[in-house]
Amino acid sequence: MTDTLPGAASPNPLDEAAITAAVEDALAAIAAASSLEELKAVRLAHTGEKSPLSLANREIGGLAKEHKAAAGKLMGSSRGRVNQALAARTEVLEAENDARILVEETVDVTAAPRRRRAGARHPLSTLQDRVSDIFVGMGWEIAEGPEVESEWFNFDALNFKPDHPAREMQDTFFVEPPEAHLLMRTHTSPVQVRSMLEREVPIYVLCPGKVFRTDELDATHTPVFHQFEGLAIDKDLSMADLRGTLEHFARQMFGDEASIRLRPNYFPFTEPSAELDIWHPGAKGGPRWIEWGGCGMVNPNVLRAAGIDPDIYSGFAFGMGIERTLMFRNEVGDMRDMIEGDVRFSEHFGMEI
Amino acid sequence: MRIPLSWLREFAQVPADATAEDVMADLVKVGFEEEAVHRPTDELSGPIVVGQVLSLVKEPQSNGKTINWCQVRVVPEGQEQTLTGKGIDPSGVQGIICGAHNFVEGDKVVVTLPGAVLPGNFQISARKTYGHLSAGMIASVRELGIGDDHDGILVLSSIGLDPEIGTDAMELLGLYDQAAEINVTPDRGYAFSIRGVAREYAHATGTSFVDPASKVNAPASLQGGYGVKLNDDAPIYGKPGCDRFVARTVRGVDASRPTPPWMSSRLRLAGVRSISLPVDISNYVMLELGQPNHCYDLDKLSGDIVVRRAVTGEKITTLDGKERTLDVEDLLITDGSGAIGIAGVMGGAHTEVSDSTTNILVEAAHFDEVSIARSRRRHKLPSEASKRFERGVDWHVANIAAQRVVDLLVELAGGTADEAGTDVGTAPDPVTIELPAEFAAARIGIEFTDEQITTSLEDLGAVVEKTAAGYRVTAPSWRNDLETKEDLSEEIARLVGYDNIPSTLPVAPPGRGLTRSQQQKRRVVQALADAGLTEVLSYPFVSKAANDTFGVAEEGAERPALKLANPISEENGYLRTSILPGLIEVARRNHSRGFRDLALYEVGSVFLPGDKLGTESIPPLGVRPSDEVLDALYDGVPHQPLHVGAVLTGHDSPAAATHQPRAWDWADALDVARLISDVLGVELVVSQGSHQAFHPGRAAELSLRNGDVVGYAGELHPKLLAAHDMPARSVAIEVNVEALFEAAADVIVAKHISGFPVATQDVALVVPQDVPADQVLAALREGAGELLEDVALFDVYVGPGIEEGKKSLAFGLRFRANDRTLTADEASEARASAVAVAAERFGAVQR
Repeated sequence: MTDTLPGAASPNPLDEAAITAAVEDALAAIAAASSLEELKAVRLAHTGEKSPLSLANREIGGLAKEHKAAAGKLMGSSRGRVNQALAARTEVLEAENDARILVEETVDVTAAPRRRRAGARHPLSTLQDRVSDIFVGMGWEIAEGPEVESEWFNFDALNFKPDHPAREMQDTFFVEPPEAHLLMRTHTSPVQVRSMLEREVPIYVLCPGKVFRTDELDATHTPVFHQFEGLAIDKDLSMADLRGTLEHFARQMFGDEASIRLRPNYFPFTEPSAELDIWHPGAKGGPRWIEWGGCGMVNPNVLRAAGIDPDIYSGFAFGMGIERTLMFRNEVGDMRDMIEGDVRFSEHFGMEI
Repeated sequence: MRIPLSWLREFAQVPADATAEDVMADLVKVGFEEEAVHRPTDELSGPIVVGQVLSLVKEPQSNGKTINWCQVRVVPEGQEQTLTGKGIDPSGVQGIICGAHNFVEGDKVVVTLPGAVLPGNFQISARKTYGHLSAGMIASVRELGIGDDHDGILVLSSIGLDPEIGTDAMELLGLYDQAAEINVTPDRGYAFSIRGVAREYAHATGTSFVDPASKVNAPASLQGGYGVKLNDDAPIYGKPGCDRFVARTVRGVDASRPTPPWMSSRLRLAGVRSISLPVDISNYVMLELGQPNHCYDLDKLSGDIVVRRAVTGEKITTLDGKERTLDVEDLLITDGSGAIGIAGVMGGAHTEVSDSTTNILVEAAHFDEVSIARSRRRHKLPSEASKRFERGVDWHVANIAAQRVVDLLVELAGGTADEAGTDVGTAPDPVTIELPAEFAAARIGIEFTDEQITTSLEDLGAVVEKTAAGYRVTAPSWRNDLETKEDLSEEIARLVGYDNIPSTLPVAPPGRGLTRSQQQKRRVVQALADAGLTEVLSYPFVSKAANDTFGVAEEGAERPALKLANPISEENGYLRTSILPGLIEVARRNHSRGFRDLALYEVGSVFLPGDKLGTESIPPLGVRPSDEVLDALYDGVPHQPLHVGAVLTGHDSPAAATHQPRAWDWADALDVARLISDVLGVELVVSQGSHQAFHPGRAAELSLRNGDVVGYAGELHPKLLAAHDMPARSVAIEVNVEALFEAAADVIVAKHISGFPVATQDVALVVPQDVPADQVLAALREGAGELLEDVALFDVYVGPGIEEGKKSLAFGLRFRANDRTLTADEASEARASAVAVAAERFGAVQR
């Protein structure tokens, strides 16, 4: 490969053999060029001003008139062949070059940095939304109320007699001064009373929220926890309707194989009252019954407190703990994991539960 | 309530091989939750037999102790030892070392033979000690797990026993018995007795039941006994504190006699400590019949017993030795000397029976639930008696229980009962309930048959009478919880079985979905997580100092806050007025666990007391209060707006190959604020702020267009960070999102989108250092007119070329018209008028 052909005499444009030799030289050089840079040099050497073919071409002007056509034809086709080869080779080398650059740009995708934080919802908050969505899907509405509440809404309106031991079943945080009759709600049931006072019958509401009891934090207790309570007030509701609603809900939460069991219990605000167990097919250690919450038919005194005539309307109510649900549904072994705010806990769940 | 099975079997058909677990599994069906099993044989196994000490040789030891080398006969003389095993002597006599000294030759004792296991997995074997092979142990009550006494071994004569040598001591001491512990709900006072539980067991299993009360032969009436007067001059809710008082006299008792093992073992399994024979009898009868009762030392009483309310300043020393000042509402048992007991709660120390008591007055009375509950709460004196009285005791069982105590005192303590006795008071009217025929079926959803209804109620002990409309039901005297037709429907369902309730799904009327504020809340909660923050939930309990720092902007001002009357910790005895203290605590905890780069947020209520706090009184139950009363209740509940707080500390992302994380700074806090306002579609006005919890120069006040301050964002105060062990430069934001919810537009009106080209112009303005960039930007926007599409600050420069005390702010302006392509001149003109307003307002000079 040569850049130029110094001292080369300009070949005679009528000398077909010489021109063909120059063309062959050029084609060989083009074919041998292994990079775009080399090809550029070849182009200069074989098609540049001082290349044999250009020099020969320039000679045409000095030829006798009758030779010009033949020389022109020869040179035209010869230079055409060279230019074609150049173009073809350029394309090949450019393609090779592009491919090489891409190869060179290869990275180790497994070493990618994490540039954006992945955020996370607290699973109790996600679960609360999920439960709410199931009931909203059934046409129920979500009701909320204050966490510091009047004693009347928390107890009396719910048929807790002032001096009855039931009032002490729920270890209550009282707000000072005691004469103001304010407390931290011990259940979300006061929201049911507010709903009955504020809404028109029929009422189908779910009341999720924070509740408070004076328990020290340990593996199974926390002074602050979450509940969701449902309340339905309509004509002719019976315990069968309560069971049907709970079964439907249980299946949404735990799959089609979930079922529920009711056991007699006592709550001042329901009569009859029942403890609710759920058959959890996916429970850790095998399918079993798990205590889930309480429920019952709304006590007529509760309806009366809200100005609803118990002779016309009846209702049912139920309540479950969100922490407890999360504990057995998602196998959370220790209540403290939900409370302490360790980022590992929320981040493990991400946006789902 | 703990139920010894041997006791239950006396009155109910409990299969011989039933365990405590079996009994609990039956009782749970009728509404008694399982609590625990108490079974001595879970920890104890034989051979444990009665032995007689044949000889006892005292051997002083070098350590100063003296031990006894005993020969103990464990098989009756002339009989063969049938037990085999390592350490069992075929002769029937075991050589045993014993360190106790409370026994002598000839005493009968409990011998735990090699192979026996005692509580605490204490395995008995023959072992060499003090130069002898000690083949077994002579046991104390503590070693057997049946008492606390460890001063000496159990000498069987001391508990009144003289059994045959070789008798199975576990049988003798009731150690094969077991108890089921169940939870009794507060409405079922009657189930705090063997009587009540046996009846329930019969309900649960469909077997027969013998009422223990029916086995006591009590006289129909009593006369001529100890003088008793019921003088309640201040009944609560109009109900007399005491409506029955039965008093019986037993004379010549030997109160020092031991309690027989059958009784003490049942008491022990029931969780009641054995104290003395009269007290044990009293407790035994209470457990069996549910009637609390009391034994007085008759010789310490003076004059008639009067049941009355306390007088101001009156005092009593109760059985537990404490002197208590009484309240005028306390119901008392008194005699000539004054108070001798707080009725239904605890007796007095002065008239207590002792070992030397010979004459006993037995009290079995009926007290008002509310009166007892209040006294118990007032004096913080929960007792077995008050527990039952508060829940309700059968009025009709008082004389029966008194008779049962008398019978046992006569039988076990050798006394003689006076024929005369006292029974004063008035029986309450029986409770009669009208139950419409179809009511239970409609409420439960089961088509009950007439027979199911009648049988269920009669099984409870009710009297059922058919009427035209359904049933007239007279509730049994021990069921004070049965008052309404709803109560009866539960009883019928309970006895027929809740499992028979069918399932139907009621359809709610068309719902409205989530409310607007519920949707807004969800959007904020989700947006922050999507933006890379981690949601946490902290407790709302904080210190006064935390509220005074975070809840109010000016230093030194006090933040009105709600205080808890009974907080978990006094230090954090207040309810939060800011989300941040809890969040900072969570951040600190994470930091101490090695998580340095954090972005935490919480959405929750804060508690802001206003002028009104609660209500002086609360309306009664079972009636809708008037609108006025309801409004007062609503108004008295403090304002509890929803706040969002976030704390960012460390870096925005983890360090990695080819990635330099960025340290969070004050602007990130503002970004979080803007994110919240953006997702809600609310304009948030940011201005230079001042809040004691924040860096004085790096705090932004967040407000609404109307001027309402809704929060703060910026770098936390360095001193505060240091005090909380938090990394320097941590930033935070808190905003009242409820205020933002309300400010959000209901409907967003669309803007016209222009397709004409944009004309951009930059301008650099020199202004005094203290002029907020945001205000310069607002001036430019105002001056530029309607051609301005957008303006943004893209550079702030202070340094060479700029006069001291000034700064250069560079803005990019984008102009666009709705109807034409702007010319360069038009854009420049608009820019010039923008600059003119900034110049006029802040003396801004173009660079």
